Amino acid sequence: MRYETIRLEHRVILEWVEPKSSVLDLGCGSGELLYVLIKEKQVRGQGIEIDDQAIYDCVAKGLNVFHGDIDSGLAEYSDKSFDYVVLNQSVQQVKHLNNVLLDSLRVGKKVIVGFPNFASYAARFQLFFHGKVPVTASLPYAWYETPNLHFFSIADFLGYCRTAQVKVEKRAYLHTEKQVRLWPNLFAHTALFLISK
Amino acid sequence: MEKKNSVGIVETKYYTFAQAANQLVLESGEKLGPVTLAYETYGELNKERSNAVLLLHALSGDAHAAGFHKGQQRPGWWDSMVGPGKAFDTEKYFVICSNILGGCQGSTGPSSINPKTAKPYALDFPLVSIADMVECQRHLIDYLGIKKLLAVVGGSMGGMQALAWLVRYPERVKSAIPIATAARHSPQQIAFDEVGRQAIMADPQWHEGNYYAGPGPSKGLAVARMVGHITYMSDTSMAEKFGRQKKDRRQPFKFTADFEVEGYLQYRGDNFVKRFDANSYLYITKAMDNFDASDGKPLHEVFKNREVKVLVVAFKSDWLYPAYQSKEIAKACKLAGLQATYCEINSTYGHDAFLLEVKEETHLIKHFLKKVFYEYEVTGTYEI
Repeated sequence: MRYETIRLEHRVILEWVEPKSSVLDLGCGSGELLYVLIKEKQVRGQGIEIDDQAIYDCVAKGLNVFHGDIDSGLAEYSDKSFDYVVLNQSVQQVKHLNNVLLDSLRVGKKVIVGFPNFASYAARFQLFFHGKVPVTASLPYAWYETPNLHFFSIADFLGYCRTAQVKVEKRAYLHTEKQVRLWPNLFAHTALFLISK
Repeated sequence: MEKKNSVGIVETKYYTFAQAANQLVLESGEKLGPVTLAYETYGELNKERSNAVLLLHALSGDAHAAGFHKGQQRPGWWDSMVGPGKAFDTEKYFVICSNILGGCQGSTGPSSINPKTAKPYALDFPLVSIADMVECQRHLIDYLGIKKLLAVVGGSMGGMQALAWLVRYPERVKSAIPIATAARHSPQQIAFDEVGRQAIMADPQWHEGNYYAGPGPSKGLAVARMVGHITYMSDTSMAEKFGRQKKDRRQPFKFTADFEVEGYLQYRGDNFVKRFDANSYLYITKAMDNFDASDGKPLHEVFKNREVKVLVVAFKSDWLYPAYQSKEIAKACKLAGLQATYCEINSTYGHDAFLLEVKEETHLIKHFLKKVFYEYEVTGTYEI
């Protein structure tokens, strides 16, 4: 396995997930992450994805996937039916984010959340100096065509976890292909959290 | 007639079982025998006998799924999916398709001769169920020496049979592919079937089912088929196919079929009468209406502890078997912890899509079967 060639985000998740565990990937896209998790960690994987083409890609990889949206896809699962529920880069696009997060914490023993940091220096710079809605590597869409419904920062998410009494077990702050240690809310483009309740 | 990727010339075979001493006990408790099933096979059964796929046909289907009968121009009903290199690749898999119990295309049904009276059964034929159809298929599979099927696959009523296999004989199937189907009929689906049945029974030529010596209720059966065809299409597919086109200017009678769609339905109705038995239509639609995959229990309960992989396929414009019914099957798989995939194909063809959306179905089924056959967790090698 060309381990170094896996996206950093996926590499972090791969390190966090225990071998032979069960994983529900919400908004699994073409299934790259699930594919790596099954190959490398022998997990039992299940994806949920709304995009037609992405579903065909998942099936071509031999993945188990449900065609549907995340907002309505969780309700039927019983409590703690997965070791991990993953919401990587899909969390900002769900309609009822709070419900989805709480339901993920119900269905999964642990939840992995990955999202673009809206308060990274690149975004701040554009908003501050140009007075424009930022378009950055992790937030690549213009305001009139973005699929993102929620814009939030690392500080926002940590604040949410405190109020909702969610335990942050692990975290990783990323700037393209490096991890960020210093002032993550300023320097990180994306953030990953392993949370539980 | 040999066409590219075709299984070529094929012949229907017949298997008779349930002779006098071992009559088939139906779900209703009634006995029936002997029973004949018409069936066809394509491809070769491998040494391990592990590559057999059973195709399950819909209401008006038959055993002739692929290839050509000698001297015939029309290929089998799923020829686009069955053959070398196709979704059901006959170079890899041994594909079986049999005509259902209660049918009229080679298998025992109401138009068959009742050995007790030496006349057609007509309404003396007992009511049969989807489970009874599956029971007969199980006899055929035993006879063919297959312990475990690689997959049971079918659309519409074929999907119901696939679900019945999954519930009744989970140890005999490795995977199931129910397409555009339901775990049970909704009142709307029952209602359309009832209109069809009433049309047949209102025909003066029906004679309480004893019409085999006469012309038979062809008008009634044609009307039933016309209603059926409306439900198989979608608003969009009808508009695209016919618009408001008129056939020609001549109008010998006030209510001549002058719109294209009227002509099409009449043509379909009249053609159907030539190949289908009206009593079979009554029995089969009743079997579909009575079907309930889980007999009133929650579906996920009857799916529990099944080691069967499932691929559920639905079509967006199908209003006869709407996607929500397939989603319910998928949800039950989720809850029961089965390995399952659900896909809703974006099609405008309505219910007919399961016979027409060849490209998408081929992609889904090909990859799914490959995974099941080779027992892969994931397939292929992707650069990551």
